[in-house]
Amino acid sequence: MEVKTLEQTGGFTSKLDDMVAWARKFSIFQYPFITACCGMEYMSTACSHYDVDRFGAGLPRFSPRQADVLFVVGTISHKLAPVLKHIYDQMADPKWVVAFGVCTCTGGFYNNYATVQGIDTIIPVDVYIPGCPPRPEYVLDGLMKLQEKIQIEKKAY
Amino acid sequence: MGNLHDRVKERWPHAVLELHDDRGDETVVLMRDDFTVIMKALKEDPEFDFQMLMDLTAVDGKDLGWKPRFEVVYHLYSLSKNHRLRVKVRVNERDALMPTATTLWAIADWFEREVWDMFGIRFEGHPDLRRILMYDEFVGHPLRKDYPHNKRQPLIGPKN
Repeated sequence: MEVKTLEQTGGFTSKLDDMVAWARKFSIFQYPFITACCGMEYMSTACSHYDVDRFGAGLPRFSPRQADVLFVVGTISHKLAPVLKHIYDQMADPKWVVAFGVCTCTGGFYNNYATVQGIDTIIPVDVYIPGCPPRPEYVLDGLMKLQEKIQIEKKAY
Repeated sequence: MGNLHDRVKERWPHAVLELHDDRGDETVVLMRDDFTVIMKALKEDPEFDFQMLMDLTAVDGKDLGWKPRFEVVYHLYSLSKNHRLRVKVRVNERDALMPTATTLWAIADWFEREVWDMFGIRFEGHPDLRRILMYDEFVGHPLRKDYPHNKRQPLIGPKN
């Protein structure tokens, strides 16, 4: 039996998983959960100077039901923690979480009675972006790491 | 006519425990029993005319060995006269109770809720004395010096 090369068939072979992951990583609809000063840096990243639309992440959704990635931007207090968990639970699978800034990663310098010591004590986190606040370059780096993670991950569809 | 705090002392000599003007901040320490009457006069008397309560807070002097333990601090400002006065009242731990200032300045409502939340000083006559910053389930008053600095009371998540 004659075996045709890829060029001869005029098509290409791939796995559905890879294709779906490729589509997902370039259509990151974020839900920005902004509580503090990191929000300024988030905004400058989202605006035209740094242009997150290059990574397919240019359309924040302000309903968790329409979002794929939860951006937790700023200090989370214990009073707010149930709200954050509620938002996370409302998001449809597949979903990812980005901890933006040291306060969300570890609590930062707010080691006190009021502040959650890292949001990973409440919800699972995929990418940590430290910094107080992180520069837009850090954020883009984190976004690209998230894309790599989405590409290799096997999530149900 | 002396300074502002001297005038307060002249008018209510029995009620003023202490006074000073350290770095130009005129301060009087009042007895709690005369507090409401004097504050009303400070607001309404044209000589003082303090329309604004700029700030209301408290200090816990436990580590400094203060007796009584707490000081409740009021910062008053007059828009018409452009002068300021700091009023302090000392409160015991066992009898941590102040007369409310909400009848004179509406802003005192949230300030007094904050002082209750953080220091556990109650305000008699306050219309709705609930916690304002912490959640209802929180036990204790975090800005008291005997609140352990590493004590955590999360609503959800680990009790670290």
